[in-house]
Amino acid sequence: MANPDAALRWQDRIEAVLVPAFALVVSLVIFGAFMAVLGKNPLDVYLFIYKGGFGSSFALRDALARAAPLILCALCVALPANAGLMIIGGEGALVLGGLAAAMAGHGLVLAPALVAQAAMLAIGMIVGGAWIMLAGALRQWRGVNETISSLLLTYIALALFNQLVEGLLRDPESLNKPSTPPVGDAHMLHAFGTLELHPGLAFGVMFALIAFILMRYTTIGFALRVVGGNPRAALLAGLSTTPLILFACGMGGAAAGLAGAIEVAAVHGSANASLNAGYGYTGILVSFLARHNALAIVPVAVLMGGISASGGMLQRRMDLPDATVLVLQGVVFLAVLASESLYGRFGKLWRGVRRAPSVAVNEATA
Amino acid sequence: MSALGWWGVPIAILGGVLRVSTPFLFVSLGECLTERSGRINLGQEGILVMGAMSGYAASFAFGNAFVGVLVAATSGILLGALHGTICSLPRVNDIAVGIALMLFGTGLAFFLGKPYVQPQAPMLPDLAFGAWSSIPQLRAALMVSPLFLIGIALTFFMSWAFANTRFGLIVRMVGDSSEAARAMGYNPNRVRTVCTALGGGLSGIGGSFLSLYYPGSWSEGLSSGQGLIAVALVIFARWKPRNCLIAALLFGGAGALGPALQSVGITSGYYLFNAVPYVLTLLILVSTSSRTRALAGAPGELSIQR
Amino acid sequence: MDHARSQSNRRDTLKRLAALGLVSAFGPLAGGPARAASKLVMGVIYVGPRDDYGYNQAQAQAAAAIKKNFPNVTVIEQEKVPETADVQRVMESMIEQDGASLIFATSFGYFDPHVLRMAEKYPNVRFAHCGGLWTAGKHPKNVGSYFGYIDECQYLNGVVAGYTSKTKKLGFIAAKPIPQVLRNINSFTMGARSVDPSITTQLIVTGDWSLPVKEAEATNTLVDQGADVLTCHVDSPKVIVEGAEKRGIYVCGYHVDQSALAPKGYLTGAEWNWITPYTTHVNDALAGKPLQNILRGGLKEGYVKTSPYGRAVVAAAKSKADAIKAQMVQGDFVIFQGPVKDNTGKIVIAAGTQQKQTDIALEQMNYLVEGVVGKV
Repeated sequence: MANPDAALRWQDRIEAVLVPAFALVVSLVIFGAFMAVLGKNPLDVYLFIYKGGFGSSFALRDALARAAPLILCALCVALPANAGLMIIGGEGALVLGGLAAAMAGHGLVLAPALVAQAAMLAIGMIVGGAWIMLAGALRQWRGVNETISSLLLTYIALALFNQLVEGLLRDPESLNKPSTPPVGDAHMLHAFGTLELHPGLAFGVMFALIAFILMRYTTIGFALRVVGGNPRAALLAGLSTTPLILFACGMGGAAAGLAGAIEVAAVHGSANASLNAGYGYTGILVSFLARHNALAIVPVAVLMGGISASGGMLQRRMDLPDATVLVLQGVVFLAVLASESLYGRFGKLWRGVRRAPSVAVNEATA
Repeated sequence: MSALGWWGVPIAILGGVLRVSTPFLFVSLGECLTERSGRINLGQEGILVMGAMSGYAASFAFGNAFVGVLVAATSGILLGALHGTICSLPRVNDIAVGIALMLFGTGLAFFLGKPYVQPQAPMLPDLAFGAWSSIPQLRAALMVSPLFLIGIALTFFMSWAFANTRFGLIVRMVGDSSEAARAMGYNPNRVRTVCTALGGGLSGIGGSFLSLYYPGSWSEGLSSGQGLIAVALVIFARWKPRNCLIAALLFGGAGALGPALQSVGITSGYYLFNAVPYVLTLLILVSTSSRTRALAGAPGELSIQR
Repeated sequence: MDHARSQSNRRDTLKRLAALGLVSAFGPLAGGPARAASKLVMGVIYVGPRDDYGYNQAQAQAAAAIKKNFPNVTVIEQEKVPETADVQRVMESMIEQDGASLIFATSFGYFDPHVLRMAEKYPNVRFAHCGGLWTAGKHPKNVGSYFGYIDECQYLNGVVAGYTSKTKKLGFIAAKPIPQVLRNINSFTMGARSVDPSITTQLIVTGDWSLPVKEAEATNTLVDQGADVLTCHVDSPKVIVEGAEKRGIYVCGYHVDQSALAPKGYLTGAEWNWITPYTTHVNDALAGKPLQNILRGGLKEGYVKTSPYGRAVVAAAKSKADAIKAQMVQGDFVIFQGPVKDNTGKIVIAAGTQQKQTDIALEQMNYLVEGVVGKV
């Protein structure tokens, strides 16, 4: 007789994959119907999403490059979410982290490359982490809802960023595109490997891995999840919530700040308006699709990256506007969220399929 | 037209207050209704943009701006109903659905709105409230749209309705305690969906103001996050419609501050000026919130309170 | 590192599948550019929407004209591509997936590092960038810059505005105070002051290239402050032109012809005529001639043009503007010649000095001339 607890956990694992997959299929069908109504062949649309996002080594490289910042921005939502907070301010942490990294990289122009690069990434993480910790602190000490505060902080961060980049910290050489002074090619991160992968990918995957191990296998991670899952139990257990919440916010902000630092170090070489690219909102989407699981974020980010990448193909080959990809992402997001209600139903379906004795055991333990 | 010098600043602020505040007003009233019933709809931004686009398109297609406003309201009701329906399913997080709706609504608006960037649609008429003045600038500043007046009327109506009508009572009850509502025989989810839909309709009207009156044109950069800020506004206003009006006027005036100050020579730091409304909201939230007590006046069922 | 290895295995499998023609099986279903028939595939990348009645539309008009005039050239376009690494990927996908060999990167911020990186990676593809940044010796040979001296047309805008304004106050709404924009502000003001030296221009900076609400506010504020002719340098002047018309004042257009939006108040406009450099590049590409690295000109070379005069322009204004325009077309007119003072009184161009259009000093402009009310 199979261990009923094991059977239940196994059902949970299947559900965790099947339900989002089902939601994805449903959203593709809805999107296809929408396209059909507008006179476009849905099969063509699916084909180009595949071709543009995953269908060639070039497309895959594109998807992976887009996924890199998404992984980190999604972690900025996922880590606080595990602690029970809903932070949507990743964009603010990203730009400020990028700005700090650009200044550090330029300031250390005489230092050896490795030192400068490490400093850039570190300071990006620190500044980003501090910004999100601010939202967490406002919640803990003044009871301000962290969703609203992180949102407001994003706007404030963007204003600060623009003001500094175009004012105080502007490189006088960068006349027509105000930027901070360049960090110099020697200090920049370059694409690695024969496949020319975006450096951010390695960092993103590493961060996700570390976050996953932290959440799953360490005491602090367990404490965080208790605080997130059941604050009352945490209180009763004597867990001090404030340091844990600040830690989660700091980690999440560090991820977003790292994304900004990498954008500067690997792509632009300085901080300017191009840093504000909107990865923040797609990162929220990725985190929800991955159910705030740090490891699942990686493949989901690649999926979203691929869909984003296919936008170009849809524009050029099917004469669809670039907003097409936004619509698809919105539909996917809504479908996945609606499918949350399906969890637990699978168990009942499963029980109906198996034979009587097992059914009795499962019913007894359900 | 003679220059006003420093007088230009308060007149510009007055004009801004009357113009820029209207979308904030409608969206915050809509969100106020939604949150009073216990749901938070962060998707108001998407509904606003969709309302702007659909209103503009309808006005162009039918040659009448008021038809545009109606169509915008309808699109808002539909999107709000979508939010309400999905959130009525068990275990669904309404904050996340709001963000999804924002993405979806904005994307849909941009997607369908492509053919409408070029053409000019009929605009909503002005009401010349400043006709008594001999100063042309004052006359111009006091040109208000009928929507602004409707918004003010709506504020007082909602304020009264929450306290004195059966529907208002039901909404408040559902918002404070699902259990009590169920005990009285009302289905909280149904009430919330209705409120979210109506709230969405109001946001749609707010959006149509942007495209059919001021700035009076459809383009993809039309909204600068007004929908999201309006959600913060509602908390700032403690869920009272009259406070929503005051907050909306405040934000409208703050939005007009930047260009007005530049015109009299204060030119530096315009990004920081643009950030003033957000800083203001944050400061007020920080100073009026408290760690131990729930936000005074907050509906008990609102997910951000739990 | 297992993660990376399994990823590359998956990629290899996909490559093999693709080679097996799995993807090509779908081929007949899909639409696509008729590459077989064309001799050249040209890609155009826009930073904003193509139909913005402004900057991007000007580029799109040139692309549309190429489509019409060169039936054997396939034009593929992608819009709303931000100035981030995204544009590198778009360029790459146009080259790899669509076979483009001439790419027009139309936004200023695409150049460094994006166009440069792609140019190094694909030395056989031609890259045409809009903006004046290409420098011999510093940048790869397969990249070229094209740009137009639209400040000549802004000067003419200013002349017409000078004749039309009754309050002697003009307004200029700018996105960012960068040299290209400052050049326009200064030319506009100098043109107006050449008609009447008492004219002033009030400047308002919105902070970004596309902020409709701020632009509307700026329009109203300027009108309240007494300006009766406006012009602007933002990505999409639609809001400003319509706003000016609503307030019953005059407006000079920018980027493209916006007279349809303001039938009463539109005086004239400074427009791009990108068809000139586009045609040059396409012809060179078709003939296999090397890419011309610097393509620049004003009215004389046909890189810019002016809109037809509107209803409100008086005859005196027309004849004066036409006269100056004729001089510009001959190449005889220098806008920036000394003595020129900035609006703090400092002399920025010494007496007797002429800064012709190609002068490097103009690319680094950081002042506002006398008569502009505002600060850089």
